[in-house]
Amino acid sequence: MSEYKWPDPATRPLLGKRISRVDGPVKASGRAKYTYDYNPNGLLAGKILRCPHAHARIVSIDSSAAEKMAGVKAVKVLQPPGTEIFWAGDEVVGVAAVDESTAEDAIRAINVQYEVLPHFVSDAEPPTNIGANNGPISRDDFEDMEDNQVPDEQVIASIKANGISFKPDDKYLKDAQASGVDPKVVAALRAAKYAEAKTSRSPYKKTAVQKQGDPDKAFTSAAAVSEGLYGASCITHCCLETHGMASEWPSDKDLVVHVSTQNLSGIAPQVSEPLGIPAGNIQVLQQYIGGGFGSKFSPDRWGIATAQLSKAAGGKPVKIMLERDSEQKVAGMRPSGFARVKIAADKDGKLVAWESRSWGTGGVGGGGTPPLPYIFEIPNQRKQHIAISTNQGSARAWRAPNHPQAAVITMTAIEDLATKMNMDPVDFITGNLELTGPREKIYRDELPIAAELMDWKKIWHSRGDKSPGPIKRGLGLSLHTWGGRGHNSDCDLTIHPDGSVEIKMATQDLGTGCRTIIMIVAADTLGIPLDNIKLLIGDSRYPVSGASGGSTTSGGVTSSTRRAAVDARDQLFAKVAPALKAQPEELEAVNAAVRVKSDPSRSLRWKEACAKIGAMPMTIRGKNPDKSKPPDLTNSGVGGVQMADVSVDTETGIVRVNKMVAVQDCGLVVDVKTAESQVLGALIMGISYALYEEKILDPVSGRMLNPNMEFYRLAGIADIGEMKVHMMTGKGYDERGVIGLAEPPVVSPGAAISNAVANAIGVRVPFLPLTPARVLEALENGGTHAAV
Amino acid sequence: MRPFEYVSPTNKEQVAILLGERGSILAGGTDLLALMKDDVVAPERLVNIKHIDSLRGISYQPGNGLRIGALTTIAEFAEDANVRRYYPVLADAANEVASPQIRNLATIGGNMCQRPRCWYFRNGMGLMAKTADGKSMVLAGDNRYAAILGNAGPAYFVSPSTLAPVLIALGAKIRLYSAKAAGSGVRELPLEKSFVIPKSENELEHDLKPGEMVIEIVVPPPSQDLKAASYEVRQRAAFDWPLAQASVALEMDGSAVKSARVVLGHVAPIPWISPEAAQALVGKSISPDTAMAAANAAVAQAKPLSHNKYKITLAKAAVKRAILSAAGQSAGGAA
Ligand SMILES: Cc1cc2nc3c(=O)[nH]c(=O)nc-3n(C[C@H](O)[C@H](O)[C@H](O)COP(=O)(O)OP(=O)(O)OC[C@H]3O[C@@H](n4cnc5c(N)ncnc54)[C@H](O)[C@@H]3O)c2cc1C
Repeated sequence: MSEYKWPDPATRPLLGKRISRVDGPVKASGRAKYTYDYNPNGLLAGKILRCPHAHARIVSIDSSAAEKMAGVKAVKVLQPPGTEIFWAGDEVVGVAAVDESTAEDAIRAINVQYEVLPHFVSDAEPPTNIGANNGPISRDDFEDMEDNQVPDEQVIASIKANGISFKPDDKYLKDAQASGVDPKVVAALRAAKYAEAKTSRSPYKKTAVQKQGDPDKAFTSAAAVSEGLYGASCITHCCLETHGMASEWPSDKDLVVHVSTQNLSGIAPQVSEPLGIPAGNIQVLQQYIGGGFGSKFSPDRWGIATAQLSKAAGGKPVKIMLERDSEQKVAGMRPSGFARVKIAADKDGKLVAWESRSWGTGGVGGGGTPPLPYIFEIPNQRKQHIAISTNQGSARAWRAPNHPQAAVITMTAIEDLATKMNMDPVDFITGNLELTGPREKIYRDELPIAAELMDWKKIWHSRGDKSPGPIKRGLGLSLHTWGGRGHNSDCDLTIHPDGSVEIKMATQDLGTGCRTIIMIVAADTLGIPLDNIKLLIGDSRYPVSGASGGSTTSGGVTSSTRRAAVDARDQLFAKVAPALKAQPEELEAVNAAVRVKSDPSRSLRWKEACAKIGAMPMTIRGKNPDKSKPPDLTNSGVGGVQMADVSVDTETGIVRVNKMVAVQDCGLVVDVKTAESQVLGALIMGISYALYEEKILDPVSGRMLNPNMEFYRLAGIADIGEMKVHMMTGKGYDERGVIGLAEPPVVSPGAAISNAVANAIGVRVPFLPLTPARVLEALENGGTHAAV
Repeated sequence: MRPFEYVSPTNKEQVAILLGERGSILAGGTDLLALMKDDVVAPERLVNIKHIDSLRGISYQPGNGLRIGALTTIAEFAEDANVRRYYPVLADAANEVASPQIRNLATIGGNMCQRPRCWYFRNGMGLMAKTADGKSMVLAGDNRYAAILGNAGPAYFVSPSTLAPVLIALGAKIRLYSAKAAGSGVRELPLEKSFVIPKSENELEHDLKPGEMVIEIVVPPPSQDLKAASYEVRQRAAFDWPLAQASVALEMDGSAVKSARVVLGHVAPIPWISPEAAQALVGKSISPDTAMAAANAAVAQAKPLSHNKYKITLAKAAVKRAILSAAGQSAGGAA
């Protein structure tokens, strides 16, 4: 019986060490070819005509002039007349031409008429009376009002004033009354005037109030109650390599695409349907990607357009890479998340009650609800979320969807409460860790390590740096979690008779070190050096592997690689055993040799051993999950603690990060160096969204005003300060198996930095990014905020 | 980018004729090409002036001061030994501009003539962007980076150059040339006079006549008693536009200020000279209190728009810190 479980620390030549990423040199030297770099002979440039209006209906499209232009090879209407467009920058027509400037000229020659419709782009705090005054009341509106315990008189008045847009039958009315709706309200419904639902829908969608325990009682009897306003603005993904795809048809049934994607194995199924060809006829290729962060799972309309344009152009390759402004406008954003929070603790500083009214926008769809309260399972809660539908490019998963917003709403509220109780937030949080469920022990391990790396006890002061001068320093803290179980992933591992080893997997390396950890696991298991392995990824013809989302790649690819490598090694042992006059199970593969465990002098060099395979190479399929080959090698649910040290100039509102500390668990760390890099990258991204990033929409035109990297600011080298990363390893961590790491460390920086700023200047700056305007406003208001 | 003609004359006499009606001067191209790519401007002809040798060079003469040829790059300017020795405030300001790559291409002439960064303008909605019913988009929209001074309208953008305020504080003059103009064709005016607040979409923010070009900038020699400094409030530590800037030049008489120039940047459609702030300093010795009084005077006339009140605070901090730093006193600020 083969042993698939991860090896013990004593027998891990490579696993868990510090190993430089295998594709570092090829990237640093510019030899790595990205989708952007795919420029075959005869490549046609694709361009997209985009709607300039935030909300409009396409009335007509006249592309005849463009079609006649010299050098224009194909024109394709992507959304026909009659289509309602919901955001500025949405795709209308695609063009392929001999070069970019001809394609641009062609775009300008297309005449599209729009009926401009009213737009809504504000994610300011929704009015308190939503549900009222929005035309006839829909069934949803009515049930929402009931769920929200809107007073009966108000509901009745509203029904009388507005009418209803649904026709409640007797059964509905009876059920309503049975479920507690006041008979007077039921009577009002029965008597209500019916009216067609208005087409101008309200942009606000309320979820039902969620209640747990007895929040009212808990607040009344609490020792301390803190109220505050918190949140974070919409940001974009800002991938350095913009989205894009190149398509060509070697025959009229076969399609080859190069695409910048997090989802190599999942592209063909999404492309085949709109094109009407079998997914098996589509080959998807990608070696390197310049960032995705959750925004690159789909081929997108522009990607499909490259295939359609290519087909129309006789199969010639057509490439579309988004311009920076389009990337910022339409290729992904992280929803905003704001909340008014009330939080309470008993006299011992134990959290007892939480109340939140949260809101945010993720574009037309409204956006998801942040998991509030974050991390801490506070016994008594009342919460409600309002999703705001706005006319802007839709939200896409952004590194740990909803968690950064939840952290920035919860960890700040907790810190404000701790301040109110005159407690050091480290002590306050430590005192409440039993509310963190299965991760309690992890946080208990991590907090003291973080505090020591930050020198917290020495530097921390109670709220408000009292030292003279305009520069104030402060410390802040936040906790986070994430799932991260390994995704489905297959691979083929081949051992050739000459000793070379090859692994094929249709996965992608997002710059996370995916290549490196696959090779580490295989080399570690086979006892051979890394460079003895040739890893082939980035081609959909290889065995299917999951999308890189949800921090699932590391767990998935290492698990299937481990199983394949163990099986391959054991099959090799079977071939080699006779030559070493031993049983297969008496053998081990170490130091590029196969030898007898009890008598290492009976040994064959790796190459000699592999020669025993025979004339043909042997290929083994590794899978994840694979119940037939236990144990489960991956796991889920990580914990991390971060601390920030900032300086704030109280005369200019400018925040500088002096230092960040991140203590992070991700189960068994395959490569400490690439893991640390991942956390460093997350800290930089976190500093960026904490201080600078904001997708700014113009209330007047509905367009994004900063679709660039000039006023959409990212942190530069001078802005990131010192960064200390500590990965949890050893007992309690290693045996959990491999867990993904991409998302968790980006959750906390915003909250930690916001807390540090509050600690420095003595008042809370409610929203991220912590711009000079917001910091100065908070200082001026003394931290009180009537309206948003 | 739309198609255009390209010409590359070797002497300045040819420029005006080549520019014609719809031509644009091309220097380093760091601003112009970006505007063309974004389809904000679409000149039919680019007149590359980089082969006109007489526009190059930077020289210092004790009696006449500094002459900076229009084609001097910002990097050359920042590194010039005379600039560093006699006008360290200029060298420092030049080193803060954009990034090393841009400084290597961008020219002083282009820096004076660069167009505003107003996001309505850069997104193709016009320098005086208007709604369908003729209202200012900047007033109705997001004006967090717009002007707080000289903002009676319809112009609300801020003047982008961070070198101009320093040069103006030092009393620089600009020399313009056009072969079409009378006499020698050269016109010299105080640098501040070359910046104007346009009144309509058809006007420019520079007082350049058609066919006219910047040939050089001259800075008077610094007197023994000059104390100068500039302070920029930037949100990021590097490669960012200031949110407010103040440049000051103080002529001292012992410990008292004899005369002063206080020029603010990024707060008005032109580099904003504040005689009020200067007045508040004359006859005083520099202290945090006098600096603060001057800072308050500088923004006394400021009118915030709906989103940019904070810029008044920033402008004040910049003026105060520039004054204190000119006097060699710690401003207590800066990170
Ligand atoms: C990201 C970024 C950050 C920046 N940060 C700063 C900053 O902090 N401070 C700052 O001051 N600037 C900054 N800049 C602007 C930069 O300094 C200017 O783009 C540059 O100085 C323009 O010079 P150029 O030679 O490239 O001009 P060009 O792009 O060639 O020309 C700019 C304009 O000036 C006209 N022009 C050029 N030369 C002449 C001449 N001799 N006579 C008449 N007209 C002429 C052109 O027709 C054009 O309209 C930044 C730019 C970028 C892109």
